[in-house]
Amino acid sequence: MQEYHVLVIGAGLAGMRAALEAHKQGARVALMSKVHPVRSHSNAAQGGINAALTDRGDRWEDHAYDTVKGSDWLGDQDAIEVMCKEAGQELISLEHMGVIFNRDEQGRLGTRAFGGQRRARTFFVADITGQAILHVMYEQILKSGIALFEEWFCTDLVVENGRCVGCVAMEIRTGRVAFIPARTVILATGGLGRVFEPSTNALICTGDGMALAYRAGVPLMDMEMVQYHPTTLKGSGVLITEGARGEGAYLLNKDGERFMARYAPTMMELASRDVVSRAEMTEIAEGRGVDGCVLLDCRHLGEKKIRERLSQIYEIGLDFAGVDITKEPIPIRPGMHYQMGGIKTDIWGRCWDPQGKWQGVEGLFAAGECACVSVHGGNRLGANSLLDTVVFGRRAGATAAQWAQDKPLPTLNDAHWVQKTETRIRTLLARENNGDTVARIRWEMGTTMDQFLGVFREQEGMEQALRTLRQLRQRYNKVSVRDKGRTFNTALIFALELDYMLECAEAIVRSGLERKESRGAHYRRDFPKRDDANWLKHILLYWRGENDPPTITYLPVTITQWPPEKRVY
Amino acid sequence: MRITIKVRRFNPEAPKPQPYWQDYTLEVTKTSTVLDALIRIREEVDESLALRCSCRSAICGSCAMRINGHASLACKTKVSAVVDAHNTLTVEPMGNLPVIKDLVVDMTPHWHKVRAVEPWLQPVGPEPQGEYLAPNEAMLHLAGVMNCIMCGACVSDCTVLEVDSNFLGPAALAKAYRFVADPRDGMTKERLAKYNAYGGIWDCTRCYECVQVCPKGVAPMDRIMAMRERAIGMGLKDTYGARHTLAFEELVEHSGRLDELRLPLKTFGYTNIPKLVGLLPIALRALPKQKAPSPFHKPIPEVKSFQTTFRKARQAAETERQAPTSQAHHG
Repeated sequence: MQEYHVLVIGAGLAGMRAALEAHKQGARVALMSKVHPVRSHSNAAQGGINAALTDRGDRWEDHAYDTVKGSDWLGDQDAIEVMCKEAGQELISLEHMGVIFNRDEQGRLGTRAFGGQRRARTFFVADITGQAILHVMYEQILKSGIALFEEWFCTDLVVENGRCVGCVAMEIRTGRVAFIPARTVILATGGLGRVFEPSTNALICTGDGMALAYRAGVPLMDMEMVQYHPTTLKGSGVLITEGARGEGAYLLNKDGERFMARYAPTMMELASRDVVSRAEMTEIAEGRGVDGCVLLDCRHLGEKKIRERLSQIYEIGLDFAGVDITKEPIPIRPGMHYQMGGIKTDIWGRCWDPQGKWQGVEGLFAAGECACVSVHGGNRLGANSLLDTVVFGRRAGATAAQWAQDKPLPTLNDAHWVQKTETRIRTLLARENNGDTVARIRWEMGTTMDQFLGVFREQEGMEQALRTLRQLRQRYNKVSVRDKGRTFNTALIFALELDYMLECAEAIVRSGLERKESRGAHYRRDFPKRDDANWLKHILLYWRGENDPPTITYLPVTITQWPPEKRVY
Repeated sequence: MRITIKVRRFNPEAPKPQPYWQDYTLEVTKTSTVLDALIRIREEVDESLALRCSCRSAICGSCAMRINGHASLACKTKVSAVVDAHNTLTVEPMGNLPVIKDLVVDMTPHWHKVRAVEPWLQPVGPEPQGEYLAPNEAMLHLAGVMNCIMCGACVSDCTVLEVDSNFLGPAALAKAYRFVADPRDGMTKERLAKYNAYGGIWDCTRCYECVQVCPKGVAPMDRIMAMRERAIGMGLKDTYGARHTLAFEELVEHSGRLDELRLPLKTFGYTNIPKLVGLLPIALRALPKQKAPSPFHKPIPEVKSFQTTFRKARQAAETERQAPTSQAHHG
């Protein structure tokens, strides 16, 4: 197979943005994804994308401050500055690509309000923002002629002498395994939502890239920071956009009270997500919920506004909850939504540090939800995730293209790497059925994580979760795949994914046990206070093999101009 | 509720690969979707059942398949809404696309067609410093088309594709419309000229299947009709489709009835001997069955008032053409 300068794994917004930028810089680019690019989970971002535009009287510094506060001061402020400064330019370039943003009366880009921010700076396309951007990005990919590996599943990153030199992947349609040599690899594989059950995330969000990088020698950072979104449907975990509250919807308890007044008197329903989720769980726990939920009330917005600006939510209400949101409130509860932590990168998307403050792998890059720059710290603001993907996707693409220029690949033993994956697959397929199933192990992992690593956590529960995960790992090592074919064998894919998910789950628990304070989404009943004296720092995990606990190190949080304050909404 | 799902299966690795039906009986709840049921089967009964699915909320477009013979998203279809009196439903792979395995089809032919419409914005002139200015109505109108998640349901059930795989198909043409109707795109006429060709906008037979099966309300056929109107409006009249439409209109306006003899003559041209000769066998078959159109018609006395109505309708259509938003859901 020919040698690529840049191989991007994952074709959501971060991956496609990275690929386009690398292509623009003249690199030979390939884009690989285990699904067709337009099936990626970026689709699900409903509400919008944040940017502080100076010609609207907004300031990037204000956006940055809101983001820092949202992160509970765990976000690195140099990275946050980069993201907020480049937001406007990135937004305009999306518009130039063809994204059909909603407009104001003058025909300029229009905004809506979003949580945790003092200004309406969220740009949007109805409530299909992610989908609208994703499909336009794919249009640009088609225009570029970039090489596409659609429905290819990455099984291994190939690292030789401390440098990533490509990957091994399986073409799902045929089961064929191939080595794809590349001077640089950008991981843009998205989140790990399915590690939890339920989750708002699509079934494909299985933490593949995080596990691949972790095992290849790159640390995972801030893995304990898991966001529970305040408005998800019970059971399925299907998401109701924050845009609903941005447009003015209320949260009510069983007495019809807007309970957020007691938790966040100023920002009310639009406080940060961790704050709102905790408030809802408290209401439910103290007996003011409705059947394990609280109520999201859109009725006063009027049918016209709902149909025009929340059309998808209107449909989701009808299809998935049987509720007409123009006529009655919809029951919702917090649900796992986003992983703030991930593969440690610098602000150029590099998974290694030339200054040597942390160890990584040369030639490997990461961007989007799988990466941790970190801009979200302990809690991500709504509509900062799309921004993160395009800003750091572009930066990773540009940096990788430049770095690859004068770094030809050494001679490689392709056959060896292909063989390694082949053996793994054959072992899985050949194993005898012992009655256990991949689905059952995944379910137990997910419900365990939801029970012990959800909105509220404590030592004992997390230790219990760790013990369960160790047992599940043992069971995983004996489980069989019952479809023995090679053509579109989804059972095989699920088995490979479960391996990644178990790795990610354990990383979350290990980090959660390590951080002995409450910050952002990580709320410990046994340590209910934020502790800046001891814990204003990142937790990094280094993989040391399947049976050994990871090595844990710390990095200081970068503070530029916003020293820690009390966080009140 | 105990239900039976009949699944059309296909394993290409079988000794003699043949599609076959397999029944699965299982317990589901009132709110279960077809996708919930299929996932249950895959996880608890038969791991080898292949299907694509991801988001579970009708946004990724992976799980389109034929349910009781019509394409739709399995995640958006409630079991209770589609089972028959015996609590049974059928599930098959989408039509008009080659089957890879079970419910998984090869969508490559479809993606080739999407690529063929040059689906990227082509503005003319220098890029503005900031955003392009555009009316919100135009953007909201386009959002209705951007709602398309490329699930392929319309491609599956398109009756033209069934007989002519050259047709670009409803999804690719809806995508094309997204650029034709985008005020920022500068290639509208060039695009329409391209979509005017064989396999393009004039090959749709207006059967409405795509409008009916689309799970996102994109109404592809309406977009195709809007492009026809616009193509004619821009003077792109030199296709059989456009001439047929214009001749139809002219004949009806003139006499108050459709003159089926002159319609082909006007469509193909009085001097287009090869085409007209090609029509002879049809005419000869029609004659003995008394289906051949007569060259003589009795004049209709009320034709004058009819012509007035016609003119008014045309003026109304013209006004509508100038306001693109109002085209959202018209044929």
